[in-house]
Amino acid sequence: MSDTITFTNARLIDPEGLTETTGSLRVTGGRIAALGDVAPEGRVIDCAGKVLAPGIVDLGVKVGEPGERHKESFRSAGLAAAAGGVTTIITRPDTEPPIDSPETLEFVTRRAAEASPVRIRHMAALTKGRAGREMTEIGFLLDAGAVAFTDCDRVVSDTKVLSRCLSYARSLGALVIGHPQDPGLSKGAAVTSGKFASLKGLPGVSAMAERMGFDRDMALVEMTGARYHADQITCARTLPALERAKANGLDVTAGVSIHHVTLNEFDVGDYRTFFKLTPPLRSEDDRIAVAQALASGLIDILCSMHTPQDEESKRLPYEEAAAGAVALQTLLPAAMRLYHDGTMTLPQLFRAMSLNPARRLGLPAGRLSVGAAADLVLFDPDAPFVLDRFTMLASKSKNTPFDGAKMEGKVLATFVGGRQVYGEQG
Amino acid sequence: MTFRARHLLGIEHLAPDEIRTLLDLADTYVELNRRTIKRTDALAGMTQINMFFENSTRTQASFELAGKRLGADVMNMAVSQSSVKKGETLIDTALTLNAMHPDLLVVRHPHSGAVNLLAQKVNCAVLNAGDGKHEHPTQALLDALTIRRRKGRLQRLVVAICGDIAHSRVARSNLLLLGKMENRLRLIGPPTLMPAGVGELGVEVYDDMKAGLEGADVVMMLRLQKERMDGGFIPSEREYYHRYGLDAEKLAYAKPDAIVMHPGPMNRGVEIDGEIADDINRSVIQEQVEMGVAVRMAAMDLLARNLKAERGRQAAGVMA
Repeated sequence: MSDTITFTNARLIDPEGLTETTGSLRVTGGRIAALGDVAPEGRVIDCAGKVLAPGIVDLGVKVGEPGERHKESFRSAGLAAAAGGVTTIITRPDTEPPIDSPETLEFVTRRAAEASPVRIRHMAALTKGRAGREMTEIGFLLDAGAVAFTDCDRVVSDTKVLSRCLSYARSLGALVIGHPQDPGLSKGAAVTSGKFASLKGLPGVSAMAERMGFDRDMALVEMTGARYHADQITCARTLPALERAKANGLDVTAGVSIHHVTLNEFDVGDYRTFFKLTPPLRSEDDRIAVAQALASGLIDILCSMHTPQDEESKRLPYEEAAAGAVALQTLLPAAMRLYHDGTMTLPQLFRAMSLNPARRLGLPAGRLSVGAAADLVLFDPDAPFVLDRFTMLASKSKNTPFDGAKMEGKVLATFVGGRQVYGEQG
Repeated sequence: MTFRARHLLGIEHLAPDEIRTLLDLADTYVELNRRTIKRTDALAGMTQINMFFENSTRTQASFELAGKRLGADVMNMAVSQSSVKKGETLIDTALTLNAMHPDLLVVRHPHSGAVNLLAQKVNCAVLNAGDGKHEHPTQALLDALTIRRRKGRLQRLVVAICGDIAHSRVARSNLLLLGKMENRLRLIGPPTLMPAGVGELGVEVYDDMKAGLEGADVVMMLRLQKERMDGGFIPSEREYYHRYGLDAEKLAYAKPDAIVMHPGPMNRGVEIDGEIADDINRSVIQEQVEMGVAVRMAAMDLLARNLKAERGRQAAGVMA
């Protein structure tokens, strides 16, 4: 059979069983057909002991369509994803205009399907224009394929509006994604308050603003019974609140961006705007606590929070510079830092990057089991390289904080539905 | 003589011996400035451009005078804040200026780090005349020179900095400089005007002024900006003056020979009592202004020497 591939001699990562075994895997008809000790059939790829894992499902990717195609198109994002082992992109609706109607959602769905080599699914805005006043047509948007509803980094500050959105979403079983941050306390902030902010003279926000935002959202989730995901939990102080919410049986999950578990506030250094993120980078104590929470599973999802920005919007004084970093292609190698420093095992990492996001969104991906879609990444976790943002990144925007960084972990090949979308053929 | 810096962006990157070198040279310029004929030719033929993105009378005048006394051609660029987008203006202005081959660029900007950003884009020496809430290195250096001349040393002094620490670049630069010189530092002010995490910087923090002034050798008052007076950070001007204004009663807690400093311009009756400010036995505020010109001359002289040496090496490299 022409569409049959057998991977032999691979380190197979199973994020469901949290196991790692050496063996073979056969793909037929776009699905995983057999696992373990299987006879080679079709195209045979000798993995030579490298890692084969379920492709990454990246929750919260910004693509500049519509509105900012010069920063990132579906084509460029798709190529970056393929090169980074990301087999499903979940886009954010914070575009210009926002994805807040079935019509705009249909437009991006069509554009994405034409242009991208990897799967793309879309989130829609929770309120019209992301303005925090009126809810979007959540029902129609669900029918049109929206996988979740979020106003991204714009917090719905009116709790009456948010409680209605949550109640309505609950009636449809829709997932609402919040950005836990108290808007008053965090207003105008460029970095996390503390010694670094004070020395650099930059406006800071206390880590407590995240806890306050999360506590507020938890009260409303308890009141409405909605399905809720916190986009990024980045502070140690929020973790006990997250633990409590889960223990109380609320339908709550949480994510974190790769940058917040691999970098800290001091990396900003001499006003380096590529390290300006939303929320800002935190203290090293926070980074460690959050990375450990990710390993334990308290934090469910690790994502790139891919946010392309052009050079002009970053070449400004720190306070005025745009926030965000591209990371579709650096998510996997940066995550290997947590593997190499012993914080997380590979199955734990792929539980956070592939299995959990797919599960939370109800997508048939993120698993290494017979019958699952053959969305796979083959990579060498030990291969070293120095990142050169201009020559190595497929994204149109090159705003990565890892420029010039020594990294380990190279993607060798990426497969979507059994079809190779990245890497050497043959 | 030790002074390696290429730019003067902040105290952060200066070593103690560089600070001493600069202050020693500044001492000689104090003497020169007291003569009738004040001109030298240290910067003869060189071009100094003052670019102030934020209004300033005193600092700009001080830099202008310093450059002129060193024989530089000094130009003041009026940079309008309202002109389109500030950031674009900053980079574009920097590139435009750079094409005119200035040798020294003096910059003040309302955003922290803006002067660092600009320094990456030009070939000349850049002096930070104040960036946002970050640093104001020449102010700290002139304060250090004033203290050293009055106290005969710049070590093992108890220095109290009082007032709006959170929004003050003067406080940050002074903290760094006096810390490098091994002094005991105290910060005094209401908690709303105290930056987060200062406790980790090896300073003592007080919200009670009398306790903070106890036994101080130097009392440094900071200006309280008008826009911070009305309820946002402190309840009112009069309550602030009552709790944190420097008057004779509070000053009595400091050492009998403690000196009183202020970077200016002063709000009499807000952070400092008029009589204290004018007391020639205690207040060194006028002297600070005088030291300002000398320190800026020394800074520009040293940066110009390094710039000439660097260009000389480049030229030699080209010929070799």
